[in-house]
Amino acid sequence: MKKILILAMLTVLVLSGSPAAAQGAQPKAGDRLFDFTLPVPPESADRNYLGLSGWGKTFKIADIKAKLVLIEILSMYCPFCQKEAPLVNRLHEAIEKDPAARGKIKIIGIGAGNSSYETEVFRKRYSVPFPVFPDPDYAIHKKCGEVRTPFFIAVRLNPDGTQDVTYAKLGGFGEVPEFLATLKKSAGL
Amino acid sequence: MKKTALFVALMMTAALGSPAWAQTHSEAFKDNIYVPGDLKPVDSVLRVKVGEAAPDFTLPSTAGEKVTLGRYRGKNNVVLSFVPAAWTPVCSDQWPGYNIVKDLFDKHDAVLLGITVDNIPTLYAWTNQMGKLWFPVLSDFYPHGRVAETYGVLRTDGTSERALFVIDKKGVIRYIDVHDINKRPSLETLVRELEKLN
Repeated sequence: MKKILILAMLTVLVLSGSPAAAQGAQPKAGDRLFDFTLPVPPESADRNYLGLSGWGKTFKIADIKAKLVLIEILSMYCPFCQKEAPLVNRLHEAIEKDPAARGKIKIIGIGAGNSSYETEVFRKRYSVPFPVFPDPDYAIHKKCGEVRTPFFIAVRLNPDGTQDVTYAKLGGFGEVPEFLATLKKSAGL
Repeated sequence: MKKTALFVALMMTAALGSPAWAQTHSEAFKDNIYVPGDLKPVDSVLRVKVGEAAPDFTLPSTAGEKVTLGRYRGKNNVVLSFVPAAWTPVCSDQWPGYNIVKDLFDKHDAVLLGITVDNIPTLYAWTNQMGKLWFPVLSDFYPHGRVAETYGVLRTDGTSERALFVIDKKGVIRYIDVHDINKRPSLETLVRELEKLN
Protein backbone atom coordinates (compact mmCIF):
# COMPACT_ATOMS: atom_id res chain seq x y z
CA MET A 1 0.00 0.00 0.00
CA LYS A 2 2.72 2.44 1.10
CA LYS A 3 4.90 1.43 -1.81
CA ILE A 4 2.12 2.14 -4.28
CA LEU A 5 1.50 5.55 -2.76
CA ILE A 6 5.19 6.47 -2.91
CA LEU A 7 5.36 5.24 -6.50
CA ALA A 8 2.30 7.36 -7.39
CA MET A 9 3.78 10.46 -5.79
CA LEU A 10 7.11 9.95 -7.53
CA THR A 11 5.33 9.46 -10.85
CA VAL A 12 3.42 12.69 -10.35
CA LEU A 13 6.60 14.55 -9.45
CA VAL A 14 8.40 13.27 -12.53
CA LEU A 15 5.48 13.96 -14.86
CA SER A 16 4.68 17.40 -13.49
CA GLY A 17 8.33 18.33 -13.82
CA SER A 18 8.46 17.36 -17.47
CA PRO A 19 8.05 20.06 -20.12
CA ALA A 20 4.94 18.41 -21.58
CA ALA A 21 3.07 18.88 -18.33
CA ALA A 22 4.33 22.39 -17.54
CA GLN A 23 1.26 24.49 -16.89
CA GLY A 24 1.55 28.27 -17.02
CA ALA A 25 -0.76 31.12 -16.15
CA GLN A 26 -2.65 33.13 -18.72
CA PRO A 27 -0.36 36.00 -19.76
CA LYS A 28 -1.27 39.58 -18.96
CA ALA A 29 0.18 42.99 -19.76
CA GLY A 30 3.21 43.72 -17.59
CA ASP A 31 4.32 40.06 -17.40
CA ARG A 32 7.64 38.77 -18.62
CA LEU A 33 7.02 36.47 -21.60
CA PHE A 34 6.78 32.77 -20.77
CA ASP A 35 9.64 30.67 -22.09
CA PHE A 36 9.16 28.58 -25.23
CA THR A 37 10.86 27.67 -28.49
CA LEU A 38 9.56 27.41 -32.03
CA PRO A 39 10.86 25.46 -35.02
CA VAL A 40 12.79 27.50 -37.60
CA PRO A 41 10.38 27.77 -40.55
CA PRO A 42 11.29 25.71 -43.62
CA GLU A 43 10.38 28.52 -46.05
CA SER A 44 13.09 31.11 -46.64
CA ALA A 45 10.44 33.85 -47.00
CA ASP A 46 9.33 33.17 -43.43
CA ARG A 47 12.90 33.09 -42.13
CA ASN A 48 13.64 36.37 -43.90
CA TYR A 49 10.47 37.98 -42.52
CA LEU A 50 11.46 37.04 -38.98
CA GLY A 51 15.09 38.00 -39.60
CA LEU A 52 16.34 34.66 -38.34
CA SER A 53 19.99 33.97 -38.91
CA GLY A 54 22.12 30.95 -38.13
CA TRP A 55 21.54 27.28 -38.66
CA GLY A 56 19.66 26.22 -35.54
CA LYS A 57 16.53 24.12 -35.73
CA THR A 58 14.64 26.15 -33.15
CA PHE A 59 14.46 29.79 -32.09
CA LYS A 60 12.95 31.97 -29.41
CA ILE A 61 10.92 35.16 -29.66
CA ALA A 62 14.07 37.06 -28.60
CA ASP A 63 15.76 35.87 -31.81
CA ILE A 64 13.23 37.64 -34.03
CA LYS A 65 14.54 40.87 -35.55
CA ALA A 66 11.90 43.28 -34.29
CA LYS A 67 11.02 45.71 -31.55
CA LEU A 68 7.64 44.11 -30.98
CA VAL A 69 6.14 40.73 -31.90
CA LEU A 70 2.40 40.09 -31.98
CA ILE A 71 1.61 36.44 -31.25
CA GLU A 72 -1.80 35.09 -32.19
CA ILE A 73 -2.76 31.84 -30.47
CA LEU A 74 -5.22 30.29 -32.90
CA SER A 75 -6.58 27.03 -34.23
CA MET A 76 -7.50 25.94 -37.72
CA TYR A 77 -10.66 24.51 -36.16
CA CYS A 78 -11.75 27.70 -34.38
CA PRO A 79 -14.54 29.57 -36.18
CA PHE A 80 -13.63 32.88 -34.51
CA CYS A 81 -10.03 32.55 -35.69
CA GLN A 82 -11.36 31.86 -39.18
CA LYS A 83 -13.51 34.98 -38.97
CA GLU A 84 -10.66 37.09 -37.60
CA ALA A 85 -8.10 35.92 -40.20
CA PRO A 86 -8.82 38.60 -42.85
CA LEU A 87 -8.53 41.34 -40.21
CA VAL A 88 -5.16 40.05 -38.99
CA ASN A 89 -4.02 40.00 -42.63
CA ARG A 90 -5.11 43.64 -42.91
CA LEU A 91 -3.11 44.48 -39.79
CA HIS A 92 -0.06 42.84 -41.36
CA GLU A 93 -0.60 44.84 -44.53
CA ALA A 94 -0.95 48.07 -42.54
CA ILE A 95 2.31 47.33 -40.70
CA GLU A 96 4.16 46.65 -43.96
CA LYS A 97 2.84 49.88 -45.47
CA ASP A 98 3.81 51.97 -42.44
CA PRO A 99 7.46 53.07 -42.81
CA ALA A 100 7.90 53.40 -39.05
CA ALA A 101 6.42 49.98 -38.23
CA ARG A 102 7.74 47.93 -41.16
CA GLY A 103 10.52 45.62 -40.02
CA LYS A 104 9.95 46.67 -36.41
CA ILE A 105 6.62 44.97 -35.71
CA LYS A 106 6.22 41.33 -36.74
CA ILE A 107 3.29 38.91 -36.46
CA ILE A 108 3.35 35.16 -35.87
CA GLY A 109 0.58 32.62 -35.31
CA ILE A 110 0.70 29.51 -33.11
CA GLY A 111 -1.83 26.78 -33.89
CA ALA A 112 -2.91 25.24 -30.58
CA GLY A 113 -3.37 21.51 -31.08
CA ASN A 114 -2.71 21.90 -34.81
CA SER A 115 -0.26 19.79 -36.80
CA SER A 116 1.92 21.47 -39.42
CA TYR A 117 -0.52 20.11 -42.03
CA GLU A 118 -3.39 21.89 -40.26
CA THR A 119 -1.56 25.22 -39.80
CA GLU A 120 -0.68 25.12 -43.51
CA VAL A 121 -4.34 24.47 -44.40
CA PHE A 122 -5.30 27.54 -42.36
CA ARG A 123 -2.57 29.64 -43.93
CA LYS A 124 -3.47 28.63 -47.44
CA ARG A 125 -7.22 29.04 -46.93
CA TYR A 126 -6.86 32.60 -45.62
CA SER A 127 -3.68 33.58 -47.54
CA VAL A 128 -1.94 34.33 -44.26
CA PRO A 129 1.27 36.21 -45.09
CA PHE A 130 3.04 35.65 -41.74
CA PRO A 131 4.38 32.37 -40.30
CA VAL A 132 1.99 30.12 -38.38
CA PHE A 133 3.66 27.50 -36.20
CA PRO A 134 2.18 24.13 -35.18
CA ASP A 135 1.72 23.26 -31.50
CA PRO A 136 0.39 19.72 -32.01
CA ASP A 137 0.66 18.52 -28.41
CA TYR A 138 -0.53 21.81 -26.85
CA ALA A 139 2.89 22.30 -25.22
CA ILE A 140 2.96 26.08 -25.80
CA HIS A 141 -0.78 26.35 -25.25
CA LYS A 142 -0.36 24.85 -21.77
CA LYS A 143 2.39 27.33 -20.98
CA CYS A 144 0.05 30.24 -21.63
CA GLY A 145 -2.78 29.02 -19.43
CA GLU A 146 -4.74 27.12 -22.11
CA VAL A 147 -6.25 30.37 -23.37
CA ARG A 148 -9.26 30.34 -25.65
CA THR A 149 -8.74 31.46 -29.21
CA PRO A 150 -8.00 33.75 -30.88
CA PHE A 151 -5.78 35.18 -28.16
CA PHE A 152 -3.38 37.99 -28.98
CA ILE A 153 -0.16 38.63 -27.07
CA ALA A 154 2.06 41.61 -27.94
CA VAL A 155 5.63 41.25 -26.75
CA ARG A 156 8.19 44.06 -26.58
CA LEU A 157 11.77 42.94 -27.19
CA ASN A 158 13.93 44.96 -24.84
CA PRO A 159 17.56 45.88 -25.62
CA ASP A 160 18.71 43.93 -22.54
CA GLY A 161 17.36 40.70 -24.07
CA THR A 162 14.22 40.48 -21.92
CA GLN A 163 10.69 40.48 -23.30
CA ASP A 164 7.68 42.20 -21.77
CA VAL A 165 4.05 41.45 -22.54
CA THR A 166 2.38 44.76 -23.44
CA TYR A 167 -1.00 43.39 -24.53
CA ALA A 168 -2.75 40.09 -23.84
CA LYS A 169 -6.39 39.67 -24.69
CA LEU A 170 -8.95 37.13 -25.84
CA GLY A 171 -10.87 37.84 -29.00
CA GLY A 172 -10.62 40.33 -31.82
CA PHE A 173 -8.42 43.39 -31.42
CA GLY A 174 -10.94 45.78 -32.96
CA GLU A 175 -10.07 48.36 -35.62
CA VAL A 176 -6.74 48.02 -37.42
CA PRO A 177 -5.56 51.72 -37.27
CA GLU A 178 -6.22 51.99 -33.53
CA PHE A 179 -4.59 48.67 -32.75
CA LEU A 180 -1.56 49.47 -34.89
CA ALA A 181 -1.22 52.78 -33.04
CA THR A 182 -1.29 50.86 -29.72
CA LEU A 183 1.36 48.44 -30.95
CA LYS A 184 3.59 51.26 -32.24
CA LYS A 185 3.35 53.07 -28.92
CA SER A 186 4.28 49.89 -27.04
CA ALA A 187 7.23 49.39 -29.38
CA GLY A 188 8.40 52.96 -28.80
CA LEU A 189 7.89 53.90 -32.44
CA MET B 1 -6.44 -1.89 -2.62
CA LYS B 2 -9.08 -0.86 -5.14
CA LYS B 3 -9.17 2.61 -3.60
CA THR B 4 -5.40 2.88 -3.91
CA ALA B 5 -5.52 1.90 -7.56
CA LEU B 6 -8.19 4.52 -8.16
CA PHE B 7 -6.12 7.13 -6.34
CA VAL B 8 -3.07 6.27 -8.45
CA ALA B 9 -5.13 6.50 -11.61
CA LEU B 10 -6.53 9.88 -10.56
CA MET B 11 -3.11 11.27 -9.76
CA MET B 12 -1.71 10.02 -13.05
CA THR B 13 -4.58 11.69 -14.89
CA ALA B 14 -4.06 14.94 -13.01
CA ALA B 15 -0.36 14.98 -13.80
CA LEU B 16 -0.74 14.18 -17.47
CA GLY B 17 -3.97 16.09 -17.77
CA SER B 18 -4.98 17.47 -21.11
CA PRO B 19 -8.72 17.51 -20.49
CA ALA B 20 -11.07 17.29 -23.43
CA TRP B 21 -12.52 20.71 -22.69
CA ALA B 22 -9.09 22.23 -23.24
CA GLN B 23 -9.37 21.22 -26.87
CA THR B 24 -12.36 23.44 -27.53
CA HIS B 25 -10.72 26.80 -27.53
CA SER B 26 -12.78 28.94 -29.79
CA GLU B 27 -14.11 32.06 -28.20
CA ALA B 28 -17.29 31.34 -30.17
CA PHE B 29 -18.33 28.74 -27.61
CA LYS B 30 -16.87 30.13 -24.41
CA ASP B 31 -20.13 30.37 -22.45
CA ASN B 32 -22.10 27.62 -24.16
CA ILE B 33 -20.15 24.42 -23.82
CA TYR B 34 -21.09 21.71 -21.36
CA VAL B 35 -18.01 20.04 -19.95
CA PRO B 36 -18.61 16.30 -19.52
CA GLY B 37 -15.07 15.57 -18.30
CA ASP B 38 -12.89 12.82 -19.67
CA LEU B 39 -14.97 9.98 -21.11
CA LYS B 40 -14.29 6.34 -21.84
CA PRO B 41 -12.42 6.56 -25.17
CA VAL B 42 -14.62 4.03 -27.00
CA ASP B 43 -17.86 2.59 -25.64
CA SER B 44 -19.41 0.53 -28.43
CA VAL B 45 -18.68 -2.39 -30.75
CA LEU B 46 -18.54 -1.90 -34.51
CA ARG B 47 -21.15 -3.75 -36.57
CA VAL B 48 -19.60 -3.03 -39.97
CA LYS B 49 -16.19 -3.72 -41.46
CA VAL B 50 -13.96 -2.25 -44.15
CA GLY B 51 -14.83 -3.94 -47.45
CA GLU B 52 -18.52 -4.34 -46.59
CA ALA B 53 -21.39 -2.42 -48.17
CA ALA B 54 -22.31 0.62 -46.08
CA PRO B 55 -25.81 0.20 -44.59
CA ASP B 56 -28.19 2.61 -46.28
CA PHE B 57 -30.18 5.16 -44.29
CA THR B 58 -32.35 8.22 -44.65
CA LEU B 59 -32.13 11.01 -42.07
CA PRO B 60 -33.55 14.54 -41.80
CA SER B 61 -31.13 17.43 -42.17
CA THR B 62 -31.04 20.88 -40.59
CA ALA B 63 -31.83 22.29 -44.05
CA GLY B 64 -35.26 20.65 -43.85
CA GLU B 65 -34.64 17.90 -46.40
CA LYS B 66 -34.20 14.16 -46.06
CA VAL B 67 -30.82 12.78 -47.05
CA THR B 68 -30.38 9.19 -48.22
CA LEU B 69 -26.90 7.69 -48.33
CA GLY B 70 -27.75 5.59 -51.38
CA ARG B 71 -28.34 8.64 -53.55
CA TYR B 72 -24.58 9.22 -53.74
CA ARG B 73 -23.87 5.73 -55.09
CA GLY B 74 -22.17 5.89 -58.48
CA LYS B 75 -21.63 9.64 -58.10
CA ASN B 76 -19.65 10.55 -54.99
CA ASN B 77 -17.44 9.18 -52.30
CA VAL B 78 -18.96 9.86 -48.89
CA VAL B 79 -17.46 10.68 -45.51
CA LEU B 80 -19.75 10.08 -42.54
CA SER B 81 -18.66 12.11 -39.53
CA PHE B 82 -20.46 11.00 -36.38
CA VAL B 83 -19.83 13.31 -33.44
CA PRO B 84 -21.09 12.52 -29.92
CA ALA B 85 -23.36 15.45 -29.15
CA ALA B 86 -24.03 19.12 -29.80
CA TRP B 87 -22.67 21.70 -27.33
CA THR B 88 -19.81 19.53 -26.13
CA PRO B 89 -16.03 19.99 -26.32
CA VAL B 90 -14.05 18.74 -29.33
CA CYS B 91 -17.24 18.31 -31.42
CA SER B 92 -17.66 22.08 -31.41
CA ASP B 93 -14.27 22.48 -33.09
CA GLN B 94 -14.21 19.46 -35.40
CA TRP B 95 -16.80 20.53 -37.98
CA PRO B 96 -15.65 24.18 -38.23
CA GLY B 97 -12.31 22.70 -39.29
CA TYR B 98 -13.96 20.63 -42.03
CA ASN B 99 -15.89 23.73 -43.01
CA ILE B 100 -12.77 25.44 -44.43
CA VAL B 101 -11.56 22.47 -46.48
CA LYS B 102 -14.45 21.91 -48.89
CA ASP B 103 -11.87 22.04 -51.68
CA LEU B 104 -10.10 18.96 -50.26
CA PHE B 105 -13.37 17.00 -50.30
CA ASP B 106 -14.29 18.30 -53.79
CA LYS B 107 -10.89 17.29 -55.10
CA HIS B 108 -11.69 13.67 -54.25
CA ASP B 109 -15.36 13.73 -55.35
CA ALA B 110 -16.32 13.36 -51.71
CA VAL B 111 -19.32 14.67 -49.86
CA LEU B 112 -19.34 15.00 -46.10
CA LEU B 113 -22.36 14.10 -43.98
CA GLY B 114 -22.26 15.22 -40.34
CA ILE B 115 -24.40 13.13 -38.00
CA THR B 116 -25.32 13.35 -34.32
CA VAL B 117 -28.11 11.85 -32.21
CA ASP B 118 -29.45 15.34 -31.35
CA ASN B 119 -32.77 16.65 -32.62
CA ILE B 120 -33.03 19.17 -35.46
CA PRO B 121 -33.67 22.35 -33.39
CA THR B 122 -30.60 21.65 -31.23
CA LEU B 123 -28.42 20.90 -34.25
CA TYR B 124 -29.71 24.00 -36.02
CA ALA B 125 -28.81 26.30 -33.10
CA TRP B 126 -25.45 24.64 -32.49
CA THR B 127 -24.23 24.59 -36.09
CA ASN B 128 -25.37 28.19 -36.65
CA GLN B 129 -22.70 29.13 -34.09
CA MET B 130 -20.10 27.69 -36.46
CA GLY B 131 -21.01 29.90 -39.38
CA LYS B 132 -22.58 28.55 -42.53
CA LEU B 133 -21.61 24.91 -43.01
CA TRP B 134 -21.28 23.65 -46.58
CA PHE B 135 -22.17 20.03 -45.74
CA PRO B 136 -25.47 18.50 -44.60
CA VAL B 137 -25.93 18.02 -40.87
CA LEU B 138 -28.18 15.04 -40.13
CA SER B 139 -30.22 14.18 -37.08
CA ASP B 140 -30.17 10.55 -35.89
CA PHE B 141 -32.54 11.47 -33.08
CA TYR B 142 -35.60 9.29 -33.61
CA PRO B 143 -35.75 6.36 -33.45
CA HIS B 144 -32.89 7.32 -31.19
CA GLY B 145 -29.45 6.65 -32.69
CA ARG B 146 -30.75 4.00 -35.10
CA VAL B 147 -28.12 4.71 -37.75
CA ALA B 148 -25.34 4.93 -35.14
CA GLU B 149 -26.49 1.59 -33.76
CA THR B 150 -26.59 0.02 -37.25
CA TYR B 151 -22.96 1.02 -37.76
CA GLY B 152 -22.06 0.01 -34.19
CA VAL B 153 -21.07 3.44 -32.89
CA LEU B 154 -23.88 4.10 -30.40
CA ARG B 155 -22.42 4.45 -26.91
CA THR B 156 -24.12 3.04 -23.83
CA ASP B 157 -25.17 6.54 -22.71
CA GLY B 158 -27.07 7.21 -25.95
CA THR B 159 -24.48 9.48 -27.58
CA SER B 160 -22.49 8.30 -30.56
CA GLU B 161 -18.77 7.76 -30.94
CA ARG B 162 -16.56 10.30 -32.64
CA ALA B 163 -16.31 8.17 -35.76
CA LEU B 164 -15.39 8.59 -39.41
CA PHE B 165 -16.46 6.25 -42.20
CA VAL B 166 -15.15 6.68 -45.73
CA ILE B 167 -17.46 5.08 -48.31
CA ASP B 168 -16.49 4.84 -51.96
CA LYS B 169 -18.67 5.43 -55.03
CA LYS B 170 -19.71 1.77 -55.07
CA GLY B 171 -21.08 2.13 -51.56
CA VAL B 172 -18.29 0.09 -49.98
CA ILE B 173 -16.72 1.10 -46.66
CA ARG B 174 -13.05 1.83 -47.27
CA TYR B 175 -11.94 3.33 -43.94
CA ILE B 176 -13.23 3.38 -40.36
CA ASP B 177 -11.88 5.46 -37.49
CA VAL B 178 -13.73 5.09 -34.21
CA HIS B 179 -11.68 7.75 -32.52
CA ASP B 180 -10.98 8.37 -28.85
CA ILE B 181 -14.04 10.47 -28.02
CA ASN B 182 -11.88 12.94 -26.07
CA LYS B 183 -9.66 13.78 -29.02
CA ARG B 184 -10.05 15.31 -32.45
CA PRO B 185 -9.13 13.09 -35.42
CA SER B 186 -6.26 14.31 -37.61
CA LEU B 187 -7.41 16.05 -40.76
CA GLU B 188 -4.32 14.84 -42.57
CA THR B 189 -5.17 11.17 -41.92
CA LEU B 190 -8.65 11.65 -43.37
CA VAL B 191 -7.31 13.44 -46.45
CA ARG B 192 -4.76 10.65 -47.03
CA GLU B 193 -7.65 8.13 -46.96
CA LEU B 194 -9.55 10.20 -49.53
CA GLU B 195 -6.45 10.27 -51.73
CA LYS B 196 -6.41 6.44 -51.74
CA LEU B 197 -9.87 6.35 -53.34
CA ASN B 198 -8.79 7.74 -56.69
